Amino acid sequence: MYRYDEFDHQFVQARVAQFSDQVERRLAGEITEDQFRPLRLMNGVYLQLHAYMLRIAVPYGTLSSKQLRMLAHIARKYDKGYGHFTTRQNIQFNWPALSDVPAILADLASVEMHAIQTSGNCIRNVTADHFAGAAADEAADPRPYAEILRQWSSVHPEFSYLPRKFKIAVTGSERDRAAIQTHDIGLHLKKNAAGELGFAVYVGGGQGRTPLVAKKIRDFLPEQHLLSYCTAILRVYNLYGRRDNKYKARIKILVHETGVEEFTRQVDAEWGELKDGELTLPEADIKAIDAYFAPPALPARPEGDEAIKLARLDSRSFSEWLDQNVVTHRNPDYAAVTISLKGIGEVPGDASDSQMDAVADLAEKYAFDEVRVSHEQNLILPHVARADLKAIYDRLAEIGLATANSDLISDIIACPGLDYCALANARSIIVAQNISKRFASLERQRDIGELKLKISGCINACGHHHVGHIGILGVEKKGAELYQVTLGGSADEHTSVGEIIGRGFGPDEITDAIETVVETYLAIRLDRSEKFLDAYRRVGPAPFKEALYAGEAKAA
Amino acid sequence: MKILTANRLTDGEAVWYAGGAWAETIDSSELAADKAAEERLETIGAASFAANEVVDVNLIDVDVVDGAIHPLRLRERIRAAGPTNRNDLGKQARPNAA
Ligand code: HEM
Ligand code: SF4
Repeated sequence: MYRYDEFDHQFVQARVAQFSDQVERRLAGEITEDQFRPLRLMNGVYLQLHAYMLRIAVPYGTLSSKQLRMLAHIARKYDKGYGHFTTRQNIQFNWPALSDVPAILADLASVEMHAIQTSGNCIRNVTADHFAGAAADEAADPRPYAEILRQWSSVHPEFSYLPRKFKIAVTGSERDRAAIQTHDIGLHLKKNAAGELGFAVYVGGGQGRTPLVAKKIRDFLPEQHLLSYCTAILRVYNLYGRRDNKYKARIKILVHETGVEEFTRQVDAEWGELKDGELTLPEADIKAIDAYFAPPALPARPEGDEAIKLARLDSRSFSEWLDQNVVTHRNPDYAAVTISLKGIGEVPGDASDSQMDAVADLAEKYAFDEVRVSHEQNLILPHVARADLKAIYDRLAEIGLATANSDLISDIIACPGLDYCALANARSIIVAQNISKRFASLERQRDIGELKLKISGCINACGHHHVGHIGILGVEKKGAELYQVTLGGSADEHTSVGEIIGRGFGPDEITDAIETVVETYLAIRLDRSEKFLDAYRRVGPAPFKEALYAGEAKAA
Repeated sequence: MKILTANRLTDGEAVWYAGGAWAETIDSSELAADKAAEERLETIGAASFAANEVVDVNLIDVDVVDGAIHPLRLRERIRAAGPTNRNDLGKQARPNAA
């Protein structure tokens, strides 16, 4: 894992001191809310419906046991005993007092964490494939590059006041688990024919009120040019991105309005000035960062196969969990485990302080001290010996985190929605809970197969509804909640934006509507191997519309 | 009818203006039944904001049903009670909450 050097420590400490002073002056009435608001946002402090909210960065979703324990401690000491893991691999606390934030940030700094650039019109936390370093299908671990981007973008003087927020994601695999095509910049790390590392560069993806899939503007950018090329993109954006209208200020609009060809030409022209200059990454520097992410030494544990065979016979629930939540590791004696934060009827992404502590203990004991946060709001143990899986499962079952539903319909992404969020139009959490309860039977869920359901409480799309196989968007109509359903979205290497299927559904109707969509799929699929998304892409919206609305048309 | 609401500066707690001070629950909020009363509340809110006591000050629409104050928007009902998915959080979790 990355370790802070002296500079990092000083930088974070200095920021804690600076913001503590700003909070103190605010509480003493020396600065006004209008002066303070941008300062607090730069440090991850929002105001929500019930209280302040603190968003803490989890760079590229990687945590050590010690860091996770500190998050548990913060939940216990300063908040209400839980935290919310988000689609940007961060964690949010929903109830901190402003007066406690300096102490929280000091505690975080003691474990090399912070809340810097988790809000505001700057380059945000860089997200990465949650299986990075473990995935069998990876060209190389993308996190060293995410770390290089983090160092480069932290309080970058030129890019701290962009037209709008800016989000970068990286993956090292063909199979995209980091949703890179929905980001302002998406980077796909790969090898060329000569075995050299470089990136396919995607620009201008985004969700919100204008969902757009990113465009590939370069197929292979040699790794040493990462910063000069990203700088060129950001310069073009900083110069031409719209500042007159917040809704048109993201780079996706610039790329769209300029046209991909012309935009690429502008980037290349700018890059021409920068290329091979001081932003070129020396091989030694890449190697130095790489070294921090060196995979743990994985001792041979060949006894795993036999142990699993026996444990499977012994426990059906373990067997189901193994099939659903455990994925192949590049080392055959090992596996990567998804710890579902989506227990049936639970709040997607929430974990209690004791659960965080227990997961930290598991990671320390069995997983080389490493935990990941996935953008699907689950936790991951990236490296565990197959021989230890049963012990891990047993402990997860004790703490209520052994639900075997990874990638199934109850593995729902949901934003906080109207239960917490000041911008919301409708609730998200309760919709997720009701759907999860309706489909509680694991047998039924497995029969349905892979199905990504994503819910946002307003068009900002924090819950990724545009790219859900089934997406649900909460709107407010005549003072009441209404839920719009989109179908056919996806956030993988074939990213697509879902299509709105028809009129929305009230809170009492939405669960039934989702069940109708699912039943329609089951009726039309060619066989069990045809997934929901494939079936939708084959037949289009017609049968779903028919099933949802035909009765009405006849009645009308 | 309208009432005045805000969040307290120091801890973000949702508060409502009630007879000379900010209260942590909605029940005793001062009601404004006409334009003049609304303006009076607005002035009080602006002064309290300027005095750095509260932030995000708003007048909100309410009905009074059987003597109980009932915000028209779900958003404000959730602020007054707490998250609907967990009744152990927010105002509804207080020992004296109905
Ligand atoms: C106080 C709570 C929050 C506020 C005020 C907020 C605000 C926003 C806004 C205004 C946008 C739209 C940006 C645009 O279209 O330019 C947005 C997008 C987004 N937010 Fe949030 N958000 C909140 C919570 C969250 C949470 C909890 C998550 C993760 C679960 C999240 C992740 C995202 C993502 C992934 C997007 C869409 C990607 C994009 O930027 O295009 N946000 N948010
Ligand atoms: S999508 Fe809307 S309701 Fe949900 S967290 Fe984002 S801003 Fe809030």
